[in-house]
Amino acid sequence: MLTENHATATPPSPVTMAAPLYPIELTVNGTRHQFEIETWVTLLDLLRERMLLTGSKKGCDHGQCGACTVLSNGRRINACLALAVSQNGHEITTIEGLADGNQLHPLQQAFIDHDALQCGYCTPGQICSAVGLMREGEAHTTAGVRELMSGNVCRCGAYPQIVQAVSQVMGIAPAAQPEAPVRPTVVGTVLS
Amino acid sequence: MNPFAYSAPTDTDAALVAIQTDFNDSMPNRFLAGGTNLVDLMKADVMHPARLVDVNGLPLDAISETADGGLQLGALARNADTAYHPWVRTRYPLLTAAILAGASPQIRNMASNGGNLLQRTRCHYFYDVGVPCNKRDPGSGCSAIGGVTRQHAILGASSHCIATHPSDLCVALAALGARVHVQSARGEREIEFADFHRLPGDTPQHDTTLAADELITQITLPAEAAAFAAHSVYLKLRDRASYAFALVSVAAALQLDDAGRITQARIALGGVAHKPWRKPDAEALLHGALPHDALFARVADALLEGAQGQGQNDFKITLAHRAIIRVLQSAVVGTLTNRDEGDASAEESLQ
Ligand SMILES: Cc1cc2nc3c(=O)[nH]c(=O)nc-3n(C[C@H](O)[C@H](O)[C@H](O)COP(=O)(O)OP(=O)(O)OC[C@H]3O[C@@H](n4cnc5c(N)ncnc54)[C@H](O)[C@@H]3O)c2cc1C
Ligand code: SF4
Ligand code: FES
Ligand code: FES
Repeated sequence: MLTENHATATPPSPVTMAAPLYPIELTVNGTRHQFEIETWVTLLDLLRERMLLTGSKKGCDHGQCGACTVLSNGRRINACLALAVSQNGHEITTIEGLADGNQLHPLQQAFIDHDALQCGYCTPGQICSAVGLMREGEAHTTAGVRELMSGNVCRCGAYPQIVQAVSQVMGIAPAAQPEAPVRPTVVGTVLS
Repeated sequence: MNPFAYSAPTDTDAALVAIQTDFNDSMPNRFLAGGTNLVDLMKADVMHPARLVDVNGLPLDAISETADGGLQLGALARNADTAYHPWVRTRYPLLTAAILAGASPQIRNMASNGGNLLQRTRCHYFYDVGVPCNKRDPGSGCSAIGGVTRQHAILGASSHCIATHPSDLCVALAALGARVHVQSARGEREIEFADFHRLPGDTPQHDTTLAADELITQITLPAEAAAFAAHSVYLKLRDRASYAFALVSVAAALQLDDAGRITQARIALGGVAHKPWRKPDAEALLHGALPHDALFARVADALLEGAQGQGQNDFKITLAHRAIIRVLQSAVVGTLTNRDEGDASAEESLQ
């Protein structure tokens, strides 16, 4: 495994007072990296500003959009709300780490095939989120996919195509027309 | 974010010492769990701890059985792992349903059970450091009163603060009669869920009865609350169908005898007060009764007794009244877990 040492690179510092630096180690897309960082650096800022992995997007910086979704130890999280020091020792996968050489990840290919994007800004987060969704194994219907992809907002409104792309890769058949509910429905309930 | 010191102890005793290091009341040290609320509030400069004690390395993430047959949820077990845990979803499906109605899958993966209890209000004025807020800056005034109040309280508010507690998970824990286990360098204690969160009164800066140096270690669910598993529903009403905080939510858990009579009932409301709202005398109206809509309406009246809107949120009183009736109708029929159970079992759970 490659080890790159980023400790000596001088990051642009937004503060004038000297702050203590904390050593951390992260495996990002299969490569181990060491950093010395200030406590307040988020995982998202570390990925984007230090490592120049700008696929993960900063849509809101408050956990409200999902554009920053990455996998940490295989689980999808919002990188904007994770302090990098708190991720010490974790394995991080970003959109840049999903393809195998020139071979796209099946979800990347499905997003192209289904035209599941317009501007593409939300797409890296959508795809990382879908990878996490598949690992969790909790979605079994298109309604389930839609609900469990709701942590990723798409300003362009490509939702129907996104649900189609993810469902296809998961082998979920397109939804039949839902029947009228037989009893009072709870909003947010997953009905298939 | 302001500069802050950081440590990541790996045992509980060390964390309880670390939280006291150079403790300063104006910039109180905080425990860091998932960070989904604390990091956000630090970015907004609403909270500015001098030191974070990262508790993610503590061995407090298990979900296990208690000696009396109840369940013990580790403070650091994640909301997602709690909701999907086989014991939780079979014995306390109300909790599964409430957790899955909250936040997003990513946030539920990060968020811990302890942190969920201590999340702060979503009052816009609390987040806006440019305006007065008694909760953020005691004595400065409340900007919400007379302002934008769509999300604010209709029950238990004071002239000092009309904020609501935003959690879904806590509403289910209130209905199920959970207990919160806490520890500090001074010792251990247990807090009844009803006594954990507080009403604002004239000290809205205190959301809970937890002291600054106390760590939540476990949340326990009593064995007898598993008897509600067959008739549990969490109804959350919000401005969009997913990934939004509750305007009003209702957790209802019933036990029915063979004749269809309600023998036990628990109801808690979310989105309406500074804490999950329960009224045992309203629940008692259901005990021994056959379910019917007029009775449910009386229960709703009793639960909402004294409700007062702030103008823009007056609609919540009617909304809550209807939601209580609807959730009781639904709970008599069965249980909803808000999980995607797939075609066959979804059909079953609808019977
Ligand atoms: C966009 C968005 C939408 C959301 N929607 C919902 C929703 O619909 N419903 C809902 O219920 N929640 C919602 N949430 C809130 C989310 O559930 C909470 O932020 C989360 O549960 C907090 O847990 P955490 O582990 O991340 O806590 P942290 O952010 O790490 O900590 C929160 C507070 O708890 C303290 N703390 C943490 N653990 C302990 C402990 N063991 N002992 C003592 N103190 C502790 C910290 O010091 C801090 O003060 C949402 C959040 C976001 C960002
Ligand atoms: S309602 Fe409470 S939190 Fe909101 S501005 Fe008033 S005092 Fe602050
Ligand atoms: S940038 Fe992280 S959720 Fe929006
Ligand atoms: S494709 Fe533009 S935001 Fe989703």
